[in-house]
Amino acid sequence: MRDFRTCATTGLRVHRQADALIKANAVVATVTLLVGGLAAILVLLTRWQAIHLLDVIPFYRWLTIHGMNMLIFFIIFFEMAVLYFAGPVLLNCRVPVPKLAWASFGLMVIGTLMVEWMMFAGRADVLFTSYVPLQADHWFYLGVILFAVGALLVTCIFFASLVVAKREKTYEGSVPLVTFGGLTAAIIAVITLAHGAAIYIPTWLWSIGIGNVDAQVYRMVWWGLGHSSQQINVAAMVACWYLLGALTVGATVINEKISRAAFVLYILFISMASAHHLLVDPGFGPAWKVVNTSYFMYMAVLASMIHGFTVPAGIEVGQRIRGFTKGMFEWLRRAPWGDPGFSALIFSVIIFGFVGGITGVTFGTEQINIIAHNTLRIPGHFHATVVGGTALAFMGVTYYVVPLIFRKKIAFWSLAKIQPYLFAGGMLIFSVAMTFAGTFGVPRRHWDITFANAPFDLQFSPAVDLLIAVTAIGGLLAALGGAIFILCTVWSVFFGKPMEEIGPSSMEEGAAV
Amino acid sequence: MHTGLEPPRGVWWKPAHKSEKVWVTIAFAWCMVLFAMMPLWHWKGGQNPSGIRSKVDPTAFQARTQEFIQQYQVGTDQGIAIVEPPPGSDVYLLGRMWAWEPILRLRANTEYTLHLSSLDLNHGFALYPLNINFQVVPGYDYGLRILAKEAGEYRIICNEYCGAGHHLMLGRVIVVDDGGITDSEAPVSTGTAYEIEPAGVAAINAGGER
Repeated sequence: MRDFRTCATTGLRVHRQADALIKANAVVATVTLLVGGLAAILVLLTRWQAIHLLDVIPFYRWLTIHGMNMLIFFIIFFEMAVLYFAGPVLLNCRVPVPKLAWASFGLMVIGTLMVEWMMFAGRADVLFTSYVPLQADHWFYLGVILFAVGALLVTCIFFASLVVAKREKTYEGSVPLVTFGGLTAAIIAVITLAHGAAIYIPTWLWSIGIGNVDAQVYRMVWWGLGHSSQQINVAAMVACWYLLGALTVGATVINEKISRAAFVLYILFISMASAHHLLVDPGFGPAWKVVNTSYFMYMAVLASMIHGFTVPAGIEVGQRIRGFTKGMFEWLRRAPWGDPGFSALIFSVIIFGFVGGITGVTFGTEQINIIAHNTLRIPGHFHATVVGGTALAFMGVTYYVVPLIFRKKIAFWSLAKIQPYLFAGGMLIFSVAMTFAGTFGVPRRHWDITFANAPFDLQFSPAVDLLIAVTAIGGLLAALGGAIFILCTVWSVFFGKPMEEIGPSSMEEGAAV
Repeated sequence: MHTGLEPPRGVWWKPAHKSEKVWVTIAFAWCMVLFAMMPLWHWKGGQNPSGIRSKVDPTAFQARTQEFIQQYQVGTDQGIAIVEPPPGSDVYLLGRMWAWEPILRLRANTEYTLHLSSLDLNHGFALYPLNINFQVVPGYDYGLRILAKEAGEYRIICNEYCGAGHHLMLGRVIVVDDGGITDSEAPVSTGTAYEIEPAGVAAINAGGER
């Protein structure tokens, strides 16, 4: 039984099923990233009124495709890969029930294909949020449900791998911090997917003519899914920060207690914080809004502020252990800035914290929400968190997944080295310019902000034209960075030079059950 | 010292380093400041979402809006009724695919209660150039106490996607100086296009329930 191999770089014993599942999920994630990225360029070139590329219906269709592929498919497939890494790989254990794992993957792929089919066929022009009573074809909702069931099963398999590892004593002590972060993401995923089931199942029934769904209840429960899923991203991203710190510079965990407590804060407070999407909704009173978005949200903010300290601190300590001890900043100056894993990590921390985090916290305030709700400030904010933060961290991890799991050398290394700079720089320009455009009241999700055929005239300040142009340039730079990422990783996987093959040692033989 | 990839052995519940303690304290204190600011701003702030709200049948709300239009209509513009409600009254604004009805003609420095709802899908009430945004949800009547501080021309952008005509859904609000119009309880229908006044910078006070 050659069920395990030993990783030449990390010394980890890797179950071949974990290898294969990580590969499969990473490949699908990259394909959906490509689809979402193409959609991003089309949407961007339409919102840039100087070009205004797409017609009205295709614009909303591609916007739907962009949202679903990026926020759901790319990110969750990648997170499934992260769970297989944080569970079986880091704990040296087998994948429990591999058949179920593959069945779950299959369900997720089928769900994805159903949703893509509906979106491309124009039977689901409802945008990412699909607010009821705007109705999509029932296959769209069913696709989302199948995808969610698949993802839920994968989180269960992750929990099972913790039990298996403990029982089979494949590690000593407590689970590593990265696994703990993965566990946080998995628990939040269960909360999220429960909200998803609670809203998509009635919505699916409604789409086939059974029952009704209240528009306000939909918004409330849907955001329990829509926002909490971004918290899976946050937890997975922070786990990836610790992972990348360890892989790139041997970053240490300066205090397990503090870092783990911060992860627990995410679990406790995050789903209530979804209420900030409803701050200017009619269905809820001020007390409900204030309690959920102040007390509960700020405790989750606290968690991010803690990680924002411990991750760089761990990097500093790791660098000092490696001998970079001169003065205050030698550790930073002599850091491996040419390693795309490292530069992606640093930019991810900075963009997530300083741009995404700060804008997000302010929008969570009742009064500021009045001037930000549904303007371009919102996508300006979440492109900093989800793209500049999460997607960039995942890209950084991929530069290690390719050599460690696919066991291929990264192709076009010199391009890969500049990729995080290009992507982060572009995304930073994009997010900041878009946020400023939003302060003029420019709506998000809007085909024509010149209001050419509207009954009344409305002309935004000329500054808006400039800011939108800057947004477009930033977005195109980021898209170029994304294209380089896809080129480097896909080329490496299919045509790259293999890393040295290490066969399973006698110790591993027959070790699997 | 170990990395986040290695399982920590033994007891890892150890006292934190001083620098970490200081940072966590600062971060926690800051979060508490934000936490205190939220209710404080709600009570002391000048611009709050109102707590007036009720469930309403979309067609009933439409009927109420029609009644309101018939009662106070003073003209039309682009086929949409212009309505001049008396100061302090309840004002109805209906969002539907793809128009805001009616056009409101209000007085500056006068409080009204604006009722927002939708006939069909979710819509977004975005008042330009003030940049004030509220969600308009079918089945729910959102009451907002409003007080325009300056006269001028305002637009209502729909900022929630509502289908193919979303970008056409632009409404109009006219605010005139107090005393600029006569108290006309009786409806005066002119039937002609209303004169558009120059846009001015102004502020609407959406004073909430205290």
